[in-house]
Amino acid sequence: MAKVYLNPDVCIGCGLCSVYCTVEHSGTKDIIKTFNSQPERPQSRVRIEREGINAFSIQCRHCQEPWCVYSCLTGAMSKSAANNTVEYAANKCVGCWSCVMVCPNGVLARDVSTHQIAKCDLCPGRDVPACVANCPNEALTLMTDDGKIINGFSEDMVVENIVID
Amino acid sequence: MIKTKYLIIGNSAGGVGAAEAIRKHDSSGTIIIVSDEPYPVYGRALISKYLSRERIFEDILYRDQDFYKQNGINALLDKNVESVDTNTRTARLSDGETIAWEKLLLATGGTPIVPPMKGADKKGVFTFTKLNDAKALDGYLNNAGKAVVIGGGLIGLSVSEALHKRGLGVTIVEMKDRILNVMLDEQSSHMAEDNLSNSGVQVKTNNTVAEIGGGESVTHVILSDGQKLACDLVVVAIGVSPRKNIAAAAGIEVNRGILVNRQMQTSMPNVYACGDVAEAYDFIYDICRPVPIWPGAYLGGMTAGANMAGGEAEYPGVTAMNSLGYFGLDIVSAGMVIAPDDSYELLVDESNGNYKKLVLKDNYIKGMVFVGDIDKSGIIFGLMKDKVDVSQFKQKLLTDDFGLIHLPEPMWRQRLECSL
Ligand SMILES: Cc1cc2nc3c(=O)[nH]c(=O)nc-3n(C[C@H](O)[C@H](O)[C@H](O)COP(=O)(O)OP(=O)(O)OC[C@H]3O[C@@H](n4cnc5c(N)ncnc54)[C@H](O)[C@@H]3O)c2cc1C
Repeated sequence: MAKVYLNPDVCIGCGLCSVYCTVEHSGTKDIIKTFNSQPERPQSRVRIEREGINAFSIQCRHCQEPWCVYSCLTGAMSKSAANNTVEYAANKCVGCWSCVMVCPNGVLARDVSTHQIAKCDLCPGRDVPACVANCPNEALTLMTDDGKIINGFSEDMVVENIVID
Repeated sequence: MIKTKYLIIGNSAGGVGAAEAIRKHDSSGTIIIVSDEPYPVYGRALISKYLSRERIFEDILYRDQDFYKQNGINALLDKNVESVDTNTRTARLSDGETIAWEKLLLATGGTPIVPPMKGADKKGVFTFTKLNDAKALDGYLNNAGKAVVIGGGLIGLSVSEALHKRGLGVTIVEMKDRILNVMLDEQSSHMAEDNLSNSGVQVKTNNTVAEIGGGESVTHVILSDGQKLACDLVVVAIGVSPRKNIAAAAGIEVNRGILVNRQMQTSMPNVYACGDVAEAYDFIYDICRPVPIWPGAYLGGMTAGANMAGGEAEYPGVTAMNSLGYFGLDIVSAGMVIAPDDSYELLVDESNGNYKKLVLKDNYIKGMVFVGDIDKSGIIFGLMKDKVDVSQFKQKLLTDDFGLIHLPEPMWRQRLECSL
């Protein structure tokens, strides 16, 4: 399954992943316009944590036991049988925040502008999610369905092939 | 006589959770779901969004319209199961049809409690637990200006918000001294109550409706303290009780609800139960008890379904846990929100107008309340559910920047590596 992974040893907590996540999910996808339209700009799907010398960039971990799916009152959250990711149908979300209550990673954010959940969707329409593509330190990588690991510097460059079972 | 491998009574969170789990283990065994409601599965909590007209029917469906077809499920809608017989393994429908089953799931949910009250049979008295209740209310709102809602719990607030959005003046009558008293502590109850008052909803605590007055239709209620309130309709929203009658009549062991083990099996072989009708495992109290919440029903159904289809699943349990956003105030509560005695430790944070409280026992989280900023409640819930000793990072739990980074390294690595 495709998933974004963090190498915590090299994340410097710069927050660019979060900035580009917001831009990617804005209507214009333009950084200046997105950040000028303050209140309406989309909620980032990435949370940055910093403590001492450590820093994390965290998005949906697509849990094996997705309590957000079990708790969703509307059916907006589902686990895809095809690629095992946790998927989210925004048109069904009413902002009850049941998923927020149970997300063990705290990565389901309340988007005040839509009164709905903002959740990592791996950037549909892009080969490499915006957070990965714009991570200056290659701390974020994408592992694709077939086990390829891709980092952001060259969007289509396969850095390494690994075998997963 | 119809024959089926799996018979599921109840087409809601529990029934659908079970059917989905059965299909993971058994792609072809016949599944029948019977429901006395005429609709495909919908989000029960969303009937308030329907009543408020924020959502139309199609937008409160829990699964796509073709769900049953896709999963090879025969849904018998608008049909009532009158009785089940565990010796002959059959069920009888009210229309006379008999269904023979190999595995049975009772996911019959709850029935609204309506205490004996003078005038409760008048036109304009409603309950609020199913879509048809919302439709009936909707059809009654044309000339209605004032509503009295009996019960200041989850369902009471839910219907109050919808009626308020439809322009009615709403008064909530609550028997206890504070609203949401089952799921909140005093302080958070009062925050919720202040928020209601600010929104223009009246709350009368320490009071009940002694009598519903009027002619054929409701015109007023008389409260137990003698006050008379004019109103056009009354919603009885005191709660639900497990709909266990067909189980009890079949000789299946029941207490307040149907008794089940961690596999969701009842006292009878091949018969399972889950959801609001069952007394299932609560991981905080470490006992089985009724916990009428959607996630419990879905998870219980999932567990039952897997076991019915020959898998091996254990119910992880839930606890009383709710997330509410009524009248714009976000509240999360789970577990023991009030410490039972002083061997428990309390952590409280009231900065920035929020309220956050954790109830700890020997460094394990047993309960939580969040009002306002609820964003980190899930991380806390996870630590509570997974029974994590928090002594090493206790002072961080309620800070604004609390995150995975404050957990011990093996734990944050586990989370970052997606192994939860
Ligand atoms: C207004 C409202 C708001 C709520 N808000 C929340 C919330 O915010 N969070 C939360 O977690 N929970 C909430 N709940 C509770 C939640 O909806 C229930 O816990 C959940 O629906 C239980 O699912 P279930 O499958 O056990 O039963 P139910 O959803 O009650 O479904 C049982 C079904 O079985 C049918 N049935 C029963 N007996 C028979 C029979 N003999 N023959 C045929 N059919 C039968 C019933 O008609 C019903 O359709 C709310 C409930 C209501 C009413």
